Amino acid sequence: MMKLPLALAALTLAAAPALAQNVVRLGSEGAYPPYNFINDANQLDGFERELGDALCERAQLTCEWVITDWDSIIPNLTAGNFDAILAGMNITDERRQVISFSDAYTPPAASSYAALEEDADIENGVVAVQVSTVQASYVAQTGATLLEFATPDETVAAVRNGEADAVFADRDFLVPIVEESGGEFVFVGEDVQLGEGIGIGLRQSDEELRETFNTAIASMKEDGTLNEMIIKWFGPNALTFD
Amino acid sequence: MRNCWESLSAYGLRALGRDYGETLLPRAGDITLCDQIVLIGSGLSWNLYFGMLAIGFGFFLATLLALGKNSTNPLLRRPSSGFIFLFRGSPLFIQFFLAYEAFVLLPRNGIEIDLFFTTITAETRWLTRAWAGALIVLILNTTAYSAEIFHGALQSVPKGDLEAADAYGMTGWRRFRRIVWPTMLRLAWPSYTNEAIFLFHATTLVFFSGFPAWQQSGDSLYYARYLADQTFNPFVAYPIVAAYFVGLTLVIIWIFGAVNRRLNRHLPQQAPRLRYRPQLIR
Amino acid sequence: MFSFCTDPATLPDWQWFACYLTSGTHLAFYWSFGVVLLLIALAAPSALLFGFGGALAARSHVAPVRVLGKTYIAMVRGVPDIIFFLFVPIAIDQGLEYLMHHIRCPDWTQPVRRGAEFAVCAQAKVPLSNAPAWVHDIYSFGLALVAFALVFGAFAANTLYGAMRTVPRAQLETAEAYGMSRRQVVRRILLPQMWIYALPGLSNLWMILIKATPLLFLLGIRDIVYWARELGGSKTSIYAYPHGDWRLWYFLAVLVFYLLLTWVSERVFERLMRRLSRGQATAAGERLRRAAA
Repeated sequence: MMKLPLALAALTLAAAPALAQNVVRLGSEGAYPPYNFINDANQLDGFERELGDALCERAQLTCEWVITDWDSIIPNLTAGNFDAILAGMNITDERRQVISFSDAYTPPAASSYAALEEDADIENGVVAVQVSTVQASYVAQTGATLLEFATPDETVAAVRNGEADAVFADRDFLVPIVEESGGEFVFVGEDVQLGEGIGIGLRQSDEELRETFNTAIASMKEDGTLNEMIIKWFGPNALTFD
Repeated sequence: MRNCWESLSAYGLRALGRDYGETLLPRAGDITLCDQIVLIGSGLSWNLYFGMLAIGFGFFLATLLALGKNSTNPLLRRPSSGFIFLFRGSPLFIQFFLAYEAFVLLPRNGIEIDLFFTTITAETRWLTRAWAGALIVLILNTTAYSAEIFHGALQSVPKGDLEAADAYGMTGWRRFRRIVWPTMLRLAWPSYTNEAIFLFHATTLVFFSGFPAWQQSGDSLYYARYLADQTFNPFVAYPIVAAYFVGLTLVIIWIFGAVNRRLNRHLPQQAPRLRYRPQLIR
Repeated sequence: MFSFCTDPATLPDWQWFACYLTSGTHLAFYWSFGVVLLLIALAAPSALLFGFGGALAARSHVAPVRVLGKTYIAMVRGVPDIIFFLFVPIAIDQGLEYLMHHIRCPDWTQPVRRGAEFAVCAQAKVPLSNAPAWVHDIYSFGLALVAFALVFGAFAANTLYGAMRTVPRAQLETAEAYGMSRRQVVRRILLPQMWIYALPGLSNLWMILIKATPLLFLLGIRDIVYWARELGGSKTSIYAYPHGDWRLWYFLAVLVFYLLLTWVSERVFERLMRRLSRGQATAAGERLRRAAA
């Protein structure tokens, strides 16, 4: 899907004059709570919004957020419609062939199956996933029938209405849904470790920006602010950096 | 990199499901021109499936609906007009969305229908699948558009023809079958040809709205968009799918032209050639 | 919006809905109806302009221009419009950037298309990456508008071309008999007279234009379909107004909007047709004459 991204909210942060001439445009999806979502005031919100703003402040960059659909997020990056992706994107070798990644800003995340019944057939049944995710590639290699949707919300809806037997997604995304469903949803089967954690996606030619973000991420890891942010958004049981 | 022969065997029937070819679609950096041609071509089978079945069913339903709208009985006329307005007055895109959202609300285990002496269970699960759900929407949609065309033709059936039928003592079904219906078809045929062309074009919307693609098997435009996404180069995939559709349109024009000649074969002068300059399109 | 909206979780139903329906995202949803109307309002005249050019080109006495005009008219009949909507905006976007790249960075040595990357120098970005957000918004809306104008222009060209050929020969010959030049005949007789013959086709075109606007969604414009899907999806308690899957209701609202729009348009065109038919040598004009007599 070739969608031209739309700028959502311009953020002007205090920027050093040396780096101020160029705005760094950050691409996100805005449909993957709690990583990123559009809140009721029509603003991008979530873990990655807060993280991205903090990183830009530390790196003294002027940043601007752009919302785009998930399935065109990588093409839009490579086409230069924005400069970095912060959209819950797992670092994988497959994606590394197309784009480059910063260091991970979350520990390797677990992916889980959620279903309406404890004994849902996740081996051979129908599993709903979002297109072009690590979870989609994983399910395509299992015996299960892969059912792809454009947005994360639709994958959950497909299980609710019985079209799919289970949904397979990042555990952190599914936790609030399962907890708030009042017993309707349960986690099924073992968690699966996919990818090397979530990182900022960048163009392979943008070595400089990658270094800048890596330095900022390292400093946030060092002083513990990153861990605080993870716990704030994903709860006290979330995996943190040592 | 694959050669063309390998692409054909890997993706020639991929649109039917992943059991009929390679499980995974080609990814960025590993997409050849042949892959694009073959994959989009295999997706065209879905467009043919939707288009042919929708026109097949829609043709008969549209005749009934046109008669209903032409009826003097308000109990027939009002619902027929309402149905036509509903489907012609709203975008097909929204109809697909809405139909999908409505179909998923149906109970998963089917609906029990009580028929006094026995109960039957209507299976509802497959309605959320594109092959059934989207087909139903397309049938209803083309029925409404064709019915409007047929209704217009019914109203222009020459009075003389009807009087001649009366003079021969023809009534009811025989009059309809022998006089009204053939004349209606002859008058409506050029517009109906356009409707058929545009219906085939409309089948490309199926996988864009609501109905999800199972196992990455979709229609030609679904693959074209996938490939344009993967390569970020719109200048290959879209022209390919456009070329397929130009070919398809020519075939439709040829088939409908043959029918047109047959419908007009009794007329003294040569049948007017179908002019594809649509005044009324969907 | 309202003063009592500070803590939605504790509100009674009607207040909850009052707050919910006036949240920032809902206001954006209502605003998007305006965007759709704006697109229709802008696309219709630009399509007519394209159509005019196409029809005049197809009637031209210069062979290459005529071929160009006829190809343009034929193009939309053979290819689904949605393909144009997907293709034209990116093609224009990449084309512009490619052009700017050659103008502004002539000594750039790397190729623009590298594998999956389409990389032009920073000064060649359209719009520039440090442009404010609204420029990007307007730019993508503009691209969508061009795509609509191009596709519907071809439809309109087809209709106008047909209408120009239906204007009775006798009327044009009369004008010639009065000593008008070819140019004068076109301007004074053909163009004004053509409208009555073009109106049925154009009104039909207006209807398809209305019904094609949900495709904006595919172009990444946050239109009513985008918001219906976004707002209708189920929301967890991370949002201020959690609810279940309400997409059916949102899409019903969108459906009603479109039905209203087409219904009103139909009424307006009926009236217009009656007005324009007065005194015309058409069946409708004849009927009016008889009714008056």
